Amino acid sequence: MNDINDLEKYMLNKVADLDSKPTGAFNLRVDGVGVVRQNSANVEIVPKDNSKGIDVYVKPNAKKEVVYIPVLIMQGGINDLVYNDFHIGENSEVIIVAGCGIHNHTEHNSEHNGIHTFYIDSGAKVTYIEKHFGHGDSMGKKNLNPVTTVYLAKDATMEMNTVQMEGVDYAIRTTKGKLQQGASFVVNEKILTQHNQFANSIFDVELEGKSSSTKIVSRAVAKDNSNQEFHSNITGRCECFGHVECDAILINNAKIIAIPQISALSADARLIHEATIGKIAGAQLEKLLTMGLDEKQAEDFIIKGFLS
Amino acid sequence: MLKIENLKYIANDEEILKGIDFEFKKGKFYVITGHNGAGKSSLAKCLMGLYKCSGKVYLNDIDITDKSVDERAKLGMGFAFQQPVTFKGVRVIDLLKISDKPLKTYEDILLKVGLQPQEYLFREINNTLSGGELKRLELASVLSRDIKVGIFDEPEAGIDLWSFNNLSNVFTEFKNSERTTIVISHQERVMALADEIIVMKEGKILTSGAKEEILPLLNV
Ligand SMILES: Nc1ncnc2c1ncn2[C@@H]1O[C@H](COP(=O)(O)OP(=O)(O)OP(=O)(O)O)[C@@H](O)[C@H]1O
Ligand SMILES: [Mg+2]
Repeated sequence: MNDINDLEKYMLNKVADLDSKPTGAFNLRVDGVGVVRQNSANVEIVPKDNSKGIDVYVKPNAKKEVVYIPVLIMQGGINDLVYNDFHIGENSEVIIVAGCGIHNHTEHNSEHNGIHTFYIDSGAKVTYIEKHFGHGDSMGKKNLNPVTTVYLAKDATMEMNTVQMEGVDYAIRTTKGKLQQGASFVVNEKILTQHNQFANSIFDVELEGKSSSTKIVSRAVAKDNSNQEFHSNITGRCECFGHVECDAILINNAKIIAIPQISALSADARLIHEATIGKIAGAQLEKLLTMGLDEKQAEDFIIKGFLS
Repeated sequence: MLKIENLKYIANDEEILKGIDFEFKKGKFYVITGHNGAGKSSLAKCLMGLYKCSGKVYLNDIDITDKSVDERAKLGMGFAFQQPVTFKGVRVIDLLKISDKPLKTYEDILLKVGLQPQEYLFREINNTLSGGELKRLELASVLSRDIKVGIFDEPEAGIDLWSFNNLSNVFTEFKNSERTTIVISHQERVMALADEIIVMKEGKILTSGAKEEILPLLNV
């Protein structure tokens, strides 16, 4: 970590809450190249050929492991495509902190496309945290298109928390899940877009095993002239439970389209979708004005809470 | 302290407030009462600047008629809504902290309104809070600020389980610190705390005066 500069440190802190090198397994990729890699007793990170990504192996029954695999792009004109595969052993418990920050100071677009695939063995518990952040006032765009595919074996669970903070110009976020018996997949997504940014979130979850369940909660704020789309499809093929909720706030000229779809292919599937889009409630603003905040402060307060 | 002249409020072509003159004096406790729809909340909102109205509003001889809600708030006005609002993702502490006080202050205030701090400080202000809890929090959020005039729209409504003594203590303490208290209420027990009672009817002040004068007229 001594060989990374202050700006890189700042970005790393933003996307992975890291101030220094973590003690557990760690892989840092900067501008398409792995620069730091470290394993722990129960977690092995193996690079793929040609810097195409990594394989992360978590041993069965490993507990309390935290794995950091942040990615930074610090230059304009970079198109980083990476395949990361996660092999999570039976009954292990692991927290994986990913996240990508793009700093672009040029007129050339920079892009990160992280293709992440999780193979989660039975009974394993994964918490996956992914933050996205764009930095630098450039003409060049900062684009992020993560694709996350999750295969959950019997009784495995994955909780995925994704946050798209400011500065990302264009994002298509695709998340797919296939769940076996008793598996659970929970997603909490927070997205903020402003200026002319565009973000599209696509979810496709298949509940294949008995008593499997998913809950997807997306909270979005679209400001200025930004656009967002939300597409979700939950398919229930047996006795299962699925809930998708898209809750969005629109400010100024922003637009949001939400298309939640649920497909119940068994009479025992119980699927729910909810979508709410609207501007900030007038009563909320009024309350904060009476507390002495001005309109801008009140709006920021409401958004901060909503996306917290 | 707070003076209004010929206050009129029109909504949907209907005159809701029909020209009200009144002066609220410093350190006094006022209860505004009257039938449902008499215009009590409308008057309170006009005072706070939440409704646009014609006429004049003065705070300590300064014309605040054109001042916005947040400007009035910064000048020392506080307002407790009849129907408190909820906020997704915002915790009790986040709302209180707007007034930028030490944590201890908020704990004390929550206790005063009958909410255990350890149970409520980090609760999200959403619909899992009961109606009564939201009303207490509304009161706490107003008390947490340094205000000179407090306007409380039916603060006791829906908090029956909370012993009335607590509420009465909150208001007595508020009043004793030289602040002007304006409470809208239908309750005799609240009126009993008042120095003056204002009775509204159909958008006007029907009568007002010392509690001793007015209470007998109300047949409560
Ligand atoms: N924005 C508005 N549009 C239409 N009518 C309104 C509006 N605001 C108030 N009113 C009407 O004005 C009248 C007075 O309302 P207000 O809320 O001030 O009554 P109140 O005395 O506080 O009643 P309550 O005891 O039920 O709280 C009511 O008839 C109400 O319907
Ligand atoms: Mg009212």
